[in-house]
Amino acid sequence: MKYISEFRRQDLAKLLAQTIAQTVDPKHHYRLMEFCGGHTHAIFRYGVQDLMPSNVEFIHGPGCPVCVLPIGRIDNAIQLVERHDVILCTYADLMRVPATGRTNLLKAKAAGGDIRMVYSTQDVLKIARDNPHRQVVFFAIGFETTTPASAVAIKVAQAEGLTNFSVFCNHVLTPSAMQAILDAPEPVAIDAFLGPSHVSSVIGSKPYETFADHYAKPIVIAGFEPLDVMQSALMLIRQINEGRHEVENEYSRAVTRDGNLKAQGLVNEVFERRPQFEWRGLGLIPNSALKLKAEYAAFDAERRFEMPAIQASEVKGCECPAILRGAKKPKDCKLLGTVCTPENPMGSCMVSSEGACAAYWSYGRLRENN
Amino acid sequence: MCLALPAQIQIIHADTGMATVSVDNIKVEVSLALVDDVQVGDYVLVHVGYALNKINEDEAIKTLALFAEAGLTTTP
Amino acid sequence: MSMKPYTSKLDLSTGNVDLSHGGGGRAMAQLIDELFIKHFDNDLLRQGNDQAMFTTKAGRLVISTDGHVISPLFFPGGDIGSLAVYGTVNDVAMSGAKPLYLAAGFILEEGLPLADLERIVISMATASHTTGTPIVTGDTKVVERGKGDGVFITTTGIGLVPERVNISSNRARPGYSILINGSIGDHGIAIMAGRENLQFGTSIVSDSAALNTLVEVMVAAAPADIYCLRDPTRGGLATTLNELAQQSGVGMLIDEASIPMKPEVKAACEILGLDPLYVANEGKLVCICSASATDRLLAIMRQHPLGQDAMKIGVVIEDKHRLVQMTTAFGGRRIVDWPVGEQLPRIC
Repeated sequence: MKYISEFRRQDLAKLLAQTIAQTVDPKHHYRLMEFCGGHTHAIFRYGVQDLMPSNVEFIHGPGCPVCVLPIGRIDNAIQLVERHDVILCTYADLMRVPATGRTNLLKAKAAGGDIRMVYSTQDVLKIARDNPHRQVVFFAIGFETTTPASAVAIKVAQAEGLTNFSVFCNHVLTPSAMQAILDAPEPVAIDAFLGPSHVSSVIGSKPYETFADHYAKPIVIAGFEPLDVMQSALMLIRQINEGRHEVENEYSRAVTRDGNLKAQGLVNEVFERRPQFEWRGLGLIPNSALKLKAEYAAFDAERRFEMPAIQASEVKGCECPAILRGAKKPKDCKLLGTVCTPENPMGSCMVSSEGACAAYWSYGRLRENN
Repeated sequence: MCLALPAQIQIIHADTGMATVSVDNIKVEVSLALVDDVQVGDYVLVHVGYALNKINEDEAIKTLALFAEAGLTTTP
Repeated sequence: MSMKPYTSKLDLSTGNVDLSHGGGGRAMAQLIDELFIKHFDNDLLRQGNDQAMFTTKAGRLVISTDGHVISPLFFPGGDIGSLAVYGTVNDVAMSGAKPLYLAAGFILEEGLPLADLERIVISMATASHTTGTPIVTGDTKVVERGKGDGVFITTTGIGLVPERVNISSNRARPGYSILINGSIGDHGIAIMAGRENLQFGTSIVSDSAALNTLVEVMVAAAPADIYCLRDPTRGGLATTLNELAQQSGVGMLIDEASIPMKPEVKAACEILGLDPLYVANEGKLVCICSASATDRLLAIMRQHPLGQDAMKIGVVIEDKHRLVQMTTAFGGRRIVDWPVGEQLPRIC
């Protein structure tokens, strides 16, 4: 697999591990936040932590759109199916995310809801074309990587005059979340960021420049393969050692400074910012999510159907908010592994395999057991 | 989020704006709506059925060289 | 055979299953005669009773049953018919037993084309002949359209366990070896490729196969050195290893680099965001054996067509947490946990 296998080579991993071991200052504890769930996944799945010195700590950030989706939005989607008899289409990742009252989309489907898993917005368009007498709603989630696919679908639906297709938009914005973490009133326990891979391939590396500057935090845009993660960690460690705080790009094979201008153009044409949006675990963040512009109101599920804002409550004792900010680790949470497990997730960090707690529980709890 | 995979363009279907891409011998159909100037043989990042970006071969080689360089500085 | 009282032959080219085929009348008798008995034909079935009577050598018998539901009914490398035979033959064989006889129960959905049913029955008959396990009794029911998925098949098998063989999922002990007979994930990926919205232009076929002859040579070669056998079907290798670790009260340490996997399966898993360790197999077995018998068993397995790629993939270790761990091909270590429900493709 070209561009995949080369970035997982064990021999190179050993070389990188040696260099990292020689580069770290033994007196310094390095706290690196990987923003994306993709990095979290790679770190645990490949066992990257085993190759890193003990004073380099990965802090798992909020970059999993499934994890940060507020419960109320899932409740909304389930109500859509129950009250309006729509065909609800969504990516499989959302199927098991818990809604209020211990239900989820899988259970709503079992109860008779017409809920379909899709791999692409093109599948949704096909379902809409094939079912002209039913309303088809795409439950859209994702960061900047996934948003362009929704924008294309809306443009196609408009061009084809599809009147039974709409989007329940939950697309969120990465830089706003990073800013929210850095602006938190309590001290931020993060030295540097591994920047998003595929989000950056769309938005480019430029949007991070103000962060690096204003908050004096080094950022390295890092690919999702394990060697990318190690190389990016090395670049961050060097910046920290040298007192630099710049945006560097390790993932230059897929990320440029400007990003994908065509995709950005499509997104800007169809979507605009919401004044604020709730992130599960992080709370309300200004300018952190998108909605459809008025010109595309016909394709906006929130305007087509009655969808009241639902304020769902989080479980008491859940440490997800602190974990998402890097202030606590999954193992610091009393619920972890007792009442909160991947089978029965309580907080946002457990709901997807990329969430900090789920990844830690499924792949990483080994260390504390020994 | 954002699982995206490098795949090679095998066939471009100009009439539909789609392309057949492959990862090893596995072929899938993806939309080219988000990319310009791609040709058969190019590698693109595929995400949720769309080609997201072209992979820059020169940059990939440079990055791989960085990993190897790491070794050069440590092995005597 | 005597003259049948049917006015016309079963319309196998354009006919469909209807409710009368399950009603107990002539239509049902005709379906049984012209389809099931015709293809499954054997002395015990021809007794024509609601049960089959046979004598067997005294000894330890095993019995196993398995319901088969699969969509699509026909997939690259097999179909529900052969799968229903192999699945139960394998479950019986995983005790070390030689499978003897099968029983089959069919739940047909109204509207199923008789041509499809015939294809499935012929496939079952062939599988039953090649595995040497006759289908000696059966049952047919028809449910209304919309209440089934074409056809569901339940098969039950019995088998005889050879002397000295004592295989059970609670017998794994630290130091034992973990073997597998070949590449993982072929079946699950072939099924997904067969589904509507995923077109893989490739040739991944299911590994669906009967493992009884492989087990036969293995237990003959090392009857007292094989402690556990299990076929990693639903939930894949990861689930099977966790089950064995749990039931035996041990841990396991496997080595990712030694697990056989076809490049196409690896690539398909990357595209779908699946972990191949959790993808289903239908022609694989995991064997836990003594360290001393490892090389001998591997050599025997590799001489068998279904064991050519057999590998030792890990060892049983002591672990009060009963975790399955894996040394990754990248050089790290991780837990291989129980799956959370069915594995869903991820985009995240």
